[in-house]
Amino acid sequence: MISIHRHSLTVRLTHWLNVICLTVLLLSGLQIFNAHPRLYWGKYGADADHAFLVIDSKPDGDALQGYLQIGRLRLVTTGVLGVSSEDGSAAARAFPTWLTLPSYRDLGTGRRWHFSFAWLLVVNGLIYLIHGFLRGHFRRDLLPSGEQLAPRHLWREVIDHARLRFSHGKEARRYNALQKLSYLVVVFGLLPMMILTGLTMSPGIDAALPFLPDLFGGRPSARSLHFITALLLVAFVLVHVLMVIASGLWNNLRSMITGRYSITDDGTEP
Amino acid sequence: MNSSRRRFLRSLATGAAAATLVGCDRLSQNNTVDSLLRQTEKLTRGAQRSLQGRQALATEFTEADLSPVFRANGTQMPDSDEYAHLLERNFIDWRLQVGGLVQRPQSLSLADLKRFPSRTQITRHDCVEGWSAIGKWQGVPLALVLHVAGLKPGARYVIFHCADELEQTLDGSGRYYESIDLVDAYHPQTILAYGMNGKDLPVAHGAPLRLRVERQLGYKHAKYLMRIEVTDSYGALFGGKGGYWEDRGYEWYAGI
Repeated sequence: MISIHRHSLTVRLTHWLNVICLTVLLLSGLQIFNAHPRLYWGKYGADADHAFLVIDSKPDGDALQGYLQIGRLRLVTTGVLGVSSEDGSAAARAFPTWLTLPSYRDLGTGRRWHFSFAWLLVVNGLIYLIHGFLRGHFRRDLLPSGEQLAPRHLWREVIDHARLRFSHGKEARRYNALQKLSYLVVVFGLLPMMILTGLTMSPGIDAALPFLPDLFGGRPSARSLHFITALLLVAFVLVHVLMVIASGLWNNLRSMITGRYSITDDGTEP
Repeated sequence: MNSSRRRFLRSLATGAAAATLVGCDRLSQNNTVDSLLRQTEKLTRGAQRSLQGRQALATEFTEADLSPVFRANGTQMPDSDEYAHLLERNFIDWRLQVGGLVQRPQSLSLADLKRFPSRTQITRHDCVEGWSAIGKWQGVPLALVLHVAGLKPGARYVIFHCADELEQTLDGSGRYYESIDLVDAYHPQTILAYGMNGKDLPVAHGAPLRLRVERQLGYKHAKYLMRIEVTDSYGALFGGKGGYWEDRGYEWYAGI
């Protein structure tokens, strides 16, 4: 068993700051979403217009029924979406109290949390990007090698992941191709998408950069993409955390805190 | 895993989640945290203003882009005898008072306002809640009215006093008002609109006159205008934050 230096200090700090930012942004974002839980596509979108996703409630006898509607599909979601417990009684609200910041309905406070941590996310992201390019982190650690991108190899990795078999020895010194690709998608795809679609919802930014709403097909479209991309980020984090646990929770956590990562030096099982 | 252990673990998880919630709510209500979060507004305003400059225009759309139904929001019919009387006489008796730090206070009828050169713009109205609607607005640029009145030295803000009480109170503290600074007051698209979608401004949208300040969110666009007051500060008015919604927690700078 040998120990290698896996993560630089900048990567470790920006990673954990990112965890805090994304958590606050998700919860405060759902608070903001709750103010108008309908998603539209196009240049305008309000109550009278067609919404492709709606979270709402309707009377059901003496009680309230919560539902999620996507296109023509309607799912009863009472207890979680549309109707959930607020101060002990069932209340009409899109996302439940335990998924919003603050837990009670307060759009103004939710917006303050959201924009403050959005700034922090951007600054943190810029530090990470500058470091990644200047110190060769992206080229060295995240760019897949040609042999890693071969379809045969990729298929092998998919099967290994599905069986929760992880690399050892020399192979464990670097990220596998699926890891590299998913990190690249998050860093250069999903996170920039979040920031750009978020900025597009700002009338002030749209006046300064009018190509932004055009790029996404309008402000309501950008708002929908913001929501969908947030869901993709949540999906990434779930898989990421599962993989961290499955491939050695303590070793992975330690490497992201202290930088040290231990591997078996001969490719045998540890 | 036996059921009592599972129950224990579940209550542990629920307890941890509840504690996190309470913690976040406490943080939200903490004055230091709140005032720290409020600093972001200055950062955002500074960044947006330097990016857009004074003249950058909000995107203008075409007739084909108009919302089929423009959602009316906030007050849709001011609840006062005074307003009912004005409406009954089709706003013939209505006057827009322009005062405060001006050289020549004005009292303008709707006909007076319509004699100014007008501007028509098809713009997107963005509500703080998240919906958007596109409408066509016709009105007089605020800059022209301010020019006629003439600003006195020290003028920094334009306050809009409205006819509607969004929150019914005995002391009038629920009356709608708004304020903008001179950057927005002199912006070419900042107009006092008396027409919407080719007709007179409907009551639900603020008849006889509403503000359009296109680079900011909907709550800045005060409806049912009665009086314009030019001041050096908005701190002494109502809750002191510069607007009805600002007094209730929204940012004064509503560019995002």
